[in-house]
Order: sequence, then structure tokens, then C-alpha cells
Amino acid sequence: MLMSNRKLKPQVRNGSDARVDLMLVSDMVERGAKVLDVGCGDGELLQILADTRNVDGRGIELSREGVNECVAKGLAVIQGDADTDLADYPDDAFDYVILSQTLQATRQPRVVLEHMLRIGRHAIISFPNFGHWTVRMQLMFQGHMPQTDILPYSWYDTPNIHHCTIKDFVQLCQTVGISIDKAVALNAWGSPLRLNAPWWFWNMFGEQGVFLLSRKS
Amino acid sequence: MNVNPNQADLARDQIVRDADNPRDSNIARFGADKPLTLDAGVELSPFQIAYTTYGTLNADRSNAVLICHALTGDQHVNNVHPVTKKNGWWETLIGPGKPIDTERYFIVCANVLGGCMGTTGPASTNPATGKPWGLDFPVITIRDMVRAQAMLLDHLGIETLFAVIGGSMGGMQVLQWAASYPDRVFAALPIATATRHSAQNIAFHEVGRQAIMADPEWKGGRYHLEGTNPRRGLAVARMGAHITYLSDAALHRKFGRNFQDREKATFSFDADFQVESYLRHQGISFVERFDANSYLYLTRAMDYFDLAADAGGILANAFRDTPTRFCVISFTSDWLFPTPESRAIVHALNAAKARVSFAEIVTDKGHDAFLLDEPEMFAIVRGFLDGAGKARGLPWLSAKK
Repeated sequence: MLMSNRKLKPQVRNGSDARVDLMLVSDMVERGAKVLDVGCGDGELLQILADTRNVDGRGIELSREGVNECVAKGLAVIQGDADTDLADYPDDAFDYVILSQTLQATRQPRVVLEHMLRIGRHAIISFPNFGHWTVRMQLMFQGHMPQTDILPYSWYDTPNIHHCTIKDFVQLCQTVGISIDKAVALNAWGSPLRLNAPWWFWNMFGEQGVFLLSRKS
Repeated sequence: MNVNPNQADLARDQIVRDADNPRDSNIARFGADKPLTLDAGVELSPFQIAYTTYGTLNADRSNAVLICHALTGDQHVNNVHPVTKKNGWWETLIGPGKPIDTERYFIVCANVLGGCMGTTGPASTNPATGKPWGLDFPVITIRDMVRAQAMLLDHLGIETLFAVIGGSMGGMQVLQWAASYPDRVFAALPIATATRHSAQNIAFHEVGRQAIMADPEWKGGRYHLEGTNPRRGLAVARMGAHITYLSDAALHRKFGRNFQDREKATFSFDADFQVESYLRHQGISFVERFDANSYLYLTRAMDYFDLAADAGGILANAFRDTPTRFCVISFTSDWLFPTPESRAIVHALNAAKARVSFAEIVTDKGHDAFLLDEPEMFAIVRGFLDGAGKARGLPWLSAKK
């Protein structure tokens, strides 16, 4: 089940009060594109995309409150579940399909990823990196399941059932045959890490990864 | 049930008068040069449509909103009803500053084809005989109703509707509008509805029709000519249907097992319980404003409704490449048009790449919730129309938000 992921999202905001990771995602979207935001929460990203990139945006959100809030704002959002409802969309329906901080909460991340790149030309995925050094330290030295700002839940009530590291995700993309057009790792303050850093560095010091993907032609 | 016979006869005669000459309504008449071709394969001509309008049509005719009424509704959506003297049936939603703002939009609401409030139906005068049509009236469909409405809009000089809005049978018309005339509908708001009538709903309708036809005063539909009135049958049909518009929880909250004006059971078949008394009242008051044959025709039209069947069995094909934006709304306790029916609409619209919003509203008020005070629905309708208005570039008639 895809949980409403609003609580999971880091609340790092820049001067204009927009979340840094959302600004980063919106910068990856071409102007005027057709976009599906899967797990769109209260519609913050869709609103940013509509206001700044002039996109034709749609959303799917599991929580009824989130959906009704979005629709009341005039956003085209339906109640639905990434695991079951992406199958209803036809091929090439969108330019971009976005999954923000939600991949780790899906039952079948690989199927979700494949659907995203079937119905969209591009996919943009952001997720918390389970390889971050603070996560590793908690498991290694304290011997319990990690809890961090971006992963605040106890093991017994977390909606996150498929954690992965940046390295794991890159491997999945290779297995499925997806091309990584752009990748950014954000540190704990939401700022992008050095662009030319090696993967192991990102995997250790990136708190979350943001990927722009497309089908391999 | 104590339906006063004299009063009921007066009501029946008034229904016939209203069917030809409705009060507080405009009438569009379509002569022999403009016949209505029906799905049944016959032409209806001449015929008339009774309608009301509210607000002002703007200069470029871009702010028209069509409201489609439900089975037993009519065109008096926002004015005092000439028969019942009650306020308009959707006054909660429509009016100055309300979600469907009469200061912004030009609102049109027409009595449906087959109805009995001034649009041609079985209680109207058959021009061939000079008597009420009765069962000689052709069987009509939801698509026929929408065709007639399209002719009305041509008559009014409105090419494109900013929005078509309706619940229940009105929602069926909204969906049919979007399927039949995608380029004439900018935004569609089907509420508490479905793309086809379910077997259970057909079954309920059949019980209602049988109640009417089992009344000896129905006289094979010729009661207008025979001077009788199947008021008991129609009242029972209404009572049965009314239960389906509510919910177990709503009935329990309203009435529970409370007695009506008595301390204990009377050991008779009087209306001991409040819920019985309430239903009887619903039945009796319905007879005063509705024609029994009209009830047969309109329930039949709903039964025949199946958008997918009209589109080769694939619902998405009914909306292929639609430019219309949709907002689908359902209610958690609606068991007549439950949420899965709305989900089926949404799935089809997604498959057709349509722009669609879908919200389910939590309420215990059942199917009737769409007519009641549901602030969340109001917020959603307002937000959806505001968003659509922005996209349409509507010049607001009022700066009021």
C-alpha cells in the first residue's frame, strides 16, 4: 500500500519557502510538459509545477484528505494507489511520471518503476538513501533499526517496506534496462552533493537520491 | 395510507396542466421542422422543453452551466417550487457567492424529456389525439434527454457549455453529454452516478414500476382518460425508492426505532414507527407533484443507460481523446451508486488520457448526500470550477472570490 508520504518528506525549505527537493524535481521537468505525480500528498509539487513550469499536471494520492484538498485547489487529482492503479494508464500518456519519497513504501517497487516508464517518457524518482552514514552507524553501533529525520518511523509502524540505497537503485535501473539521464544526491540539509563525486561517496553522504530516468532506446 | 382522493384528483389534473403549461418556467417549442430523433427509432415532433435560467450570459457566451436534474427533480433548481412551495432543490450549491455562483455563471436547468414539469412526456398532450400521451409516448433514453438539451442550447445560442453538472440520473446525463458532445463541454461534474445502471438498481426500479402497474387505477396507463389516479402505486414506488436514497446509518440516526406520537406499539398496522410515518409522508407528497407514467418512462431510461455498450463494450472508447476536464464525486455511504461505480468512470477516463479529478466524500447520508449540506463537496465543486474557469480564461462577472 502506498501511504501518504507527506510526513516522510524532509522539510528543508529555501528562501521562497519551497522545499528544496521539490524545486530540484521541478527543475528537471520541461516547460509545458504533461506530468503525473504519484503520491502527490497535498499537491505542493503539482502547484509548483503549474505555477513555475506551466505543466499539465495530474496526481494520484492514497489519502482521501490529501485528494480532497488537492481537488478543492483545482488540481486534477484522483484517489488511488501506485501499486494497483498505474496499470490503468495507457502507454505514453505523460511526458514525466514523478514518484517523490514514495518508492520505498510500494509493495512492488520494480513493477511501479516499469509502469512509470511505460506510461511516461521520463520518470523522476526521489527516495531516502538507506546507505547514508547515519543509517549505517545506527545499525552498526546501536544495533537497532535506524530512525532519522527523513525516516522517522519505528520498525513496527513504518509504511516503508522496501528500503534501498542509492547503489541498490542504480543496480535496479541497470537490471530493468533504464537509462539514468540525471542523478543528484542531497545532503541532510537538502543541498546537492558535489556533481563529480563517485557513487560510493553519494551512497555514504547523500541522505536522499533524486533520479531523472528514461527508457533505453 | 390516507391519500385524500379528491385532493389526489386535483393534483393529477394540475400535473396535466403543468405538463403542457408549466408555471415559473421558460418554454422552448420545437415544431415539425425540428423533430427529435429518438434511440427507439422514432421521431418526436412537435415537442417542448421547459427550463429555467439564473445569472447572465456573458458577451462571448462562455459562462453557461447546464444543471441536469435527477429522477424526480425538475428545472426548479434555484427558485421556489410552484407546486411544493419549497426552495430550489440545489439551493445549497447554487446562488450568489455559492460554489456554482449565479454572479459568475449563466445557469440553465431543463426538465428532462419524459418528465412532467413542462417538457414533453407521457402526461403532455399528444397532438395527434388532443389527449395525454400515456403509454403511446415513445420509450426514451438518457441519450435522448441529452439530444433534447443540445437542441435547447442551440435554441439559446450557446455553442459550448463551461460546465455540465448533475447527480444520480443527472450525473448520467453529464457523462452522456461528455460522450456525445465532447467539444461542447469544457468541464463535467458527474456526482454520485455510474456509466451504467446496475442489476440491483434495475431490480429496485422494477419493483417501483410493478407497484404502479399493480394499482387498479393505473388502467394500463390510461388513468388520465379514465378519470382515475394510481396514487397508491406511485406512493409505494416512491417509498421503496426513497429507502435506497438513504443509508442504514442515516435512518437509524434520524428515526431509530422511535414510535410516532405514541408510547408503545398499538398491535395494529398503523404507522407505529416514525420511519413508517416518514415514508408514508414521502409517498403521499410525491403523488401531488409527479405523474405515474412519467415515473415509468424515466426509470426505464436509467435502466437502459450503458455508456460502454454504446462504445463497443469498452468504456474508455466513449471518452477517447476527450478535451473535457472531469471531476467525479462519490459518497462513502451511497449504496445505490457506490464508489466503485465512480472508480470505473475514473479508470476509463485515465485510459482515455482525460484530465480527471476524483474525490470520495465521507458521509452517512447515503445517495441523497449530493443534495444535502456537504461542505467538503461544496469546496471541491468550487475549487474544480475555479480551476476550470482559470483554464478557460473566464472573465469573472464578479470580483468576489
